[in-house]
Amino acid sequence: MENGDVGPVGLAASLVLVAVALAISVRLALRLERELVVAVVRALVQLLIVGAALAIIIDPDTPLLWSWLWVAGIVVFAAATNRRRAPAVPGLFWIALAANAATAVSGFAVAFGLGIFPVEGRTLVPIAGMLIGNAMKSGIVVAERLVEALSDGRAEVEARLALGQPWTAASRPIVRSALRVALSPLIENTKALGIVFLPGAMTGLILAGVEPLDAVLVQLALMYLILGGAATTTAVTALGTVRRLFTDDHRLVALPRSTRDVG
Amino acid sequence: MSEAAALFSFDSVSVGSARARRLDGLDVALPDGGLTVVAGPSGSGKSTLLRLCNRLEVPSEGVVRHRGIDVAQRDPLELRREVAIVFQRPVTFPGTVLDNLREADADCDEARGGELLERAGLDVSFLRRDAGELSGGEAQRACLARALATEPRVMLMDEPTSALDVRAAGVLERLATQLVDDGTPVVWVTHSEEQMRRLADHVLLLHAGRVDRSGPAGEVLGLGER
Repeated sequence: MENGDVGPVGLAASLVLVAVALAISVRLALRLERELVVAVVRALVQLLIVGAALAIIIDPDTPLLWSWLWVAGIVVFAAATNRRRAPAVPGLFWIALAANAATAVSGFAVAFGLGIFPVEGRTLVPIAGMLIGNAMKSGIVVAERLVEALSDGRAEVEARLALGQPWTAASRPIVRSALRVALSPLIENTKALGIVFLPGAMTGLILAGVEPLDAVLVQLALMYLILGGAATTTAVTALGTVRRLFTDDHRLVALPRSTRDVG
Repeated sequence: MSEAAALFSFDSVSVGSARARRLDGLDVALPDGGLTVVAGPSGSGKSTLLRLCNRLEVPSEGVVRHRGIDVAQRDPLELRREVAIVFQRPVTFPGTVLDNLREADADCDEARGGELLERAGLDVSFLRRDAGELSGGEAQRACLARALATEPRVMLMDEPTSALDVRAAGVLERLATQLVDDGTPVVWVTHSEEQMRRLADHVLLLHAGRVDRSGPAGEVLGLGER
């Protein structure tokens, strides 16, 4: 291996640890062998396809339009994933689409508008992937948490509604708590950067032979973008979701797991 | 009783899907005054009926009227401040009892808070108490005080004593009759026949989402007036 290039032999060698995972699964009867093999093969095929496509995209002769189309695909696919993970929220696909689009627009405005990165195929797609991939996780957490908290806290929400509070006020404590739950892990991760773990982009750059300090600067810029993107996505998702869970006449809709008494 | 004179009237009201009706074509009117007890076995639609009155729930069919006006035509927030409710289990919000009162009336000061607590049978010293540390009976009375803070013209009480001991339940019953004596009609849901006999001026008995019997307590229960 030279300058971080991993050949077929190196890749095969990295599978030794997968073999260890398989051995653990067999020894402890976890029955995860099939899942493990599927995950490893899927990752291999998906990333090889992505790598081949990226090679075309970042070619200076390829029109930038293809990169933008790829970014649009990421935004739509992430929204579909949100929808699949939190099916109890009516219309979540469109909420998540708006949230991801807002994140992409604001993230790109900072990343490219302020000249942090150049607008090129090799920056557009990876930055969009990191930005929206991370924001998507927070978006899913906030949507799931909101449904769960409003269902469990129906008595408190209805007690507030019964006092004549509008749905915005009646749901505020729960929305705040869900936003904190969704954003806390990312904030904690950001705090632990460099102490507990070395993040992926930086590690990848260093392995590929980039100067560590340069790699750190790229990673920091990305982390701040990711943090801002996750905050944007969670806020838009939370506000969109909670709006869908109340009717125009300030009633909380029926939710799964609701334990309301009916006399 | 004419519909215009009714506190609440239910005109062919159904709630729920055709296969799982919680109320099924209900036609009844509750009188505008006194204490009306709504009783019936579990699942008969008592709580659903009460929740229709302040629009925490809406009918799938039919019309609910409050003093002659379709509740669907009313501003729900205004209606809920006018038609207050005390739930089965007391739900206090984080903070002190005074903080709780301010959720209903943001301008509530200590003097007004003290008055509200007094009407709910609690000492003024409770204003500074953490609402999360009250006993069941105290919490239910704090919830009654909070409901009174919106200056309601009607009080709905959904089995408010079912989680309380006998003494605390007795206090709440006396507070409800006091409200009635002060001119605020009360609609009280219960599954206890003894409580119904003690409290009711009027009775509505429900069974499987329909009216079983309805009328003055004396007629329905075979008693004299309360």
